Amino acid sequence: MKISMDIELTDIPGQLVLALKPVSDLGGNILSVLHQRDKKTPSGRIPVQLTLEIEEQGLDRLVERLKERDVNVVRIGKERLKESMMVLLIGHIVHTDLGETIDSIDSTGFAEVVELSLSMPGVDKKSSASVTLSAIGKEELKEALNILERTVSKKGIMIISSI
Amino acid sequence: MKTKPKLVRISIIGLGNVGRGVAEVIRRKQEEITRKYGINLKIVGVADLPGAVVDENGLSEDAIRKFKSGETAEDMTTLDMIKDVEHEIVVETTPTNVENGEPGLTHINTALESDRHVVTSNKGPLALQYGKLMDLAASRGKELKFEASVGGAMPIISLVNDNLAGNGIISIKGILNGTCNYILTRMREEKLPYEHVLKEAQERGIAETDPSNDVAGRDTAVKLVILANSIFDRNVSYKDVEVSGITGITSEALKLADDAGYVIKLIGEVDGGSSGECLKVAPRLVPKDDPLNVEGTLNVATIKTDLAGDITVIGKGAGPIEAASAILSDIIGIYAF
Repeated sequence: MKISMDIELTDIPGQLVLALKPVSDLGGNILSVLHQRDKKTPSGRIPVQLTLEIEEQGLDRLVERLKERDVNVVRIGKERLKESMMVLLIGHIVHTDLGETIDSIDSTGFAEVVELSLSMPGVDKKSSASVTLSAIGKEELKEALNILERTVSKKGIMIISSI
Repeated sequence: MKTKPKLVRISIIGLGNVGRGVAEVIRRKQEEITRKYGINLKIVGVADLPGAVVDENGLSEDAIRKFKSGETAEDMTTLDMIKDVEHEIVVETTPTNVENGEPGLTHINTALESDRHVVTSNKGPLALQYGKLMDLAASRGKELKFEASVGGAMPIISLVNDNLAGNGIISIKGILNGTCNYILTRMREEKLPYEHVLKEAQERGIAETDPSNDVAGRDTAVKLVILANSIFDRNVSYKDVEVSGITGITSEALKLADDAGYVIKLIGEVDGGSSGECLKVAPRLVPKDDPLNVEGTLNVATIKTDLAGDITVIGKGAGPIEAASAILSDIIGIYAF
């Protein structure tokens, strides 16, 4: 799981290494560190933005260990679905059970429909929709697109994917 | 060039727009070609539906025009001309037929069997029998060149074979049909429905009276087959292509794409096989800042290579002089390089 985390260190040498060590101890992987030495918080601490990958069950222990080392954890953001793409659908989108079309993606567990805009020019006319799919990884996103393609082709809906 | 220019005698089979364009550019460029490349191009025969006219001293513009308008009668049949009149290159520009490749297929076979080089813009024979035709040309020690069949004036085949020699070609994707590009461009610009823009394109002579070959994606598919076989050494035919066209595209879909930073284009895509054997024609979302986003009737192709990275070419995909440009460069290429 990809996590972004804002932490604050006390302003004495060696604190950054001290703060990062528990990440690797718990099997995590540091993706980026933004260490703003010259920007202090009102309480005189140094803000650091971390992005890391860690198993979900390791996260609580990581926060505990950071607190033990006098590191303030200010914010934790989970970004589970990190890959996205937009596709267009053209056809009788609503009347061919839009709910089921969306479920075909949401039920995978690795991908979701996160955005949908629908344009319906007339009752008997074809609708157009833009759909944003998000997934936990690139391969999963590709698989989600395959699933959506199979689902809508059965319903006579045209799908337009990105190059 | 001090030596005497080499005489290269040419016949043109099919006096439609492209065939007449070839005759015109050869006439216009004759001196320049002799000076630059040391070859003297001479049209010794032309053929169209009624048969062929021949003049071993070279046919004048007037003689070709009179034959085309039916004022002068034919001298012999087309096949007799290909076989019996002494010449080096047959330029085959009859209309494409993807059902059986005829009459172009017979013309090309006859020309190669008569030990003549062939330069063609005709997609049908290549899409149906690429392997057989290339084998025949090789066994006769002759060239079969077809740059004009894909992307008109835009160089793809010689670009890959000559300029990008040594590169592995990973994939090619692009817009290979100017009519579809024009329709999608106008629908987006004017927010008009498909039927309306199609009619406008027909009135302007950009779409044919029966536009189905273009708008259903078949023309793009045939060109993709030629690229698949000639550049990726695949052995595919038209029926192997996954094709969808542009007839179902709505102006609302174009608007939704536009809002998200995309345009919709009819894209043909082919790869070498190892990365999934793609051979597909479909409307696709193209980011507005992608080089494939070209407007109007232009064609474009992005060639993904292992050394040079991505190379994108843009050019006029249709038009008699544009197609003749590709044919002329094929002709010169046989002798000059």
